[in-house]
Amino acid sequence: MSTLFINISLVSFMVVIALMITFSHRLFAIIIMSGAYSLISAAMFVNLDAVDVAFTEAAVGAGFSTVLFLAAMAWLPAEEKRHKALLILPLIICLVTGSLLMWAVAYLPAFGDPTSIVHQHVAPRYLAESYDKLHIPNVVTTVLASYRGFDTLGETIVIFTAGLGVLLILMGKTGRTHNPTTSNDTARDEDVNEK
Amino acid sequence: MKNNPILRVISKTLFAPIILYGLYVQFHGDFGPGGGFQAGVIIAAAFILYGMVFSLDELKLLAPPSIVHALMALGALIYAGVGIATFLLGAEFLNYDVLADYPAKGQHYGIILVEFGVGLTVASTILGLFMAFAGFDIPKNTARDKNRKAVGRSQNKRASDD
Repeated sequence: MSTLFINISLVSFMVVIALMITFSHRLFAIIIMSGAYSLISAAMFVNLDAVDVAFTEAAVGAGFSTVLFLAAMAWLPAEEKRHKALLILPLIICLVTGSLLMWAVAYLPAFGDPTSIVHQHVAPRYLAESYDKLHIPNVVTTVLASYRGFDTLGETIVIFTAGLGVLLILMGKTGRTHNPTTSNDTARDEDVNEK
Repeated sequence: MKNNPILRVISKTLFAPIILYGLYVQFHGDFGPGGGFQAGVIIAAAFILYGMVFSLDELKLLAPPSIVHALMALGALIYAGVGIATFLLGAEFLNYDVLADYPAKGQHYGIILVEFGVGLTVASTILGLFMAFAGFDIPKNTARDKNRKAVGRSQNKRASDD
């Protein structure tokens, strides 16, 4: 019961922060509030016994992305552009998408239902044999690194390639090919080769 | 922020404990919450704190970008390398059973190596992203490019005059 009460108060906090983000125009305040939003959702994950997810959310959502947004904010004006006219088309799209999602929620299995399909496939086997076979108490680690090791390899490579793409975009302009000294060096090397 | 003594002392004092905590999360992930993903972010956070309090140039001395970029690939290579090693030892890809005398021990070795690869990739990717974002400068570059073009043009002119 207390879990439910804490979750309801955390979610109402998140709704309030989301509304404040929507109505605020100062970018700095918006970034700090989205960090607070991530921190509260991390607290909610702890409350739901998903400590590993909470850890990631607190470190990446509340910590790192806030820092990245602040670094990006240095190139933006302090205030968001204000739209005076009410935008009808985006409002309609949001309402339609939102109501479609709410309609789909009605067909999902009940929250935390142990008899739902996703909990019937391989999860019981993992939970039953994980400790006897691997002697590792944290079942999240065994599923992530051993049973689903190939998926995690893909995940690591996704992080690597995503980082590589962002680095190429951000550092393309400042690459060494534009540096006059190195271009002179290569020219000199070519001269040497010709000789 | 470099001249504020409180920030400077506290960030230098916190640097080692943050990394120690990251290593704890990394290698204790089998027993408690945590693992490579979380540990990578925590270790990168220590470097980001250093870079924010001291300057980006100081951070680049501490963690040279070329090494950070190489570690990004090395982590993924360690992970895939464990898979190749199990291949060569005669099991399926990423089947850690064959890495030691008996399966449970092999699984322990495999999981620790794989999580280390994940942590390495995540930490260096996040650090590289931070350095790229913090060191990104459009106006300076365009100004420099214009100057260089102007210099190049004048040099060309001089060459044609000669």
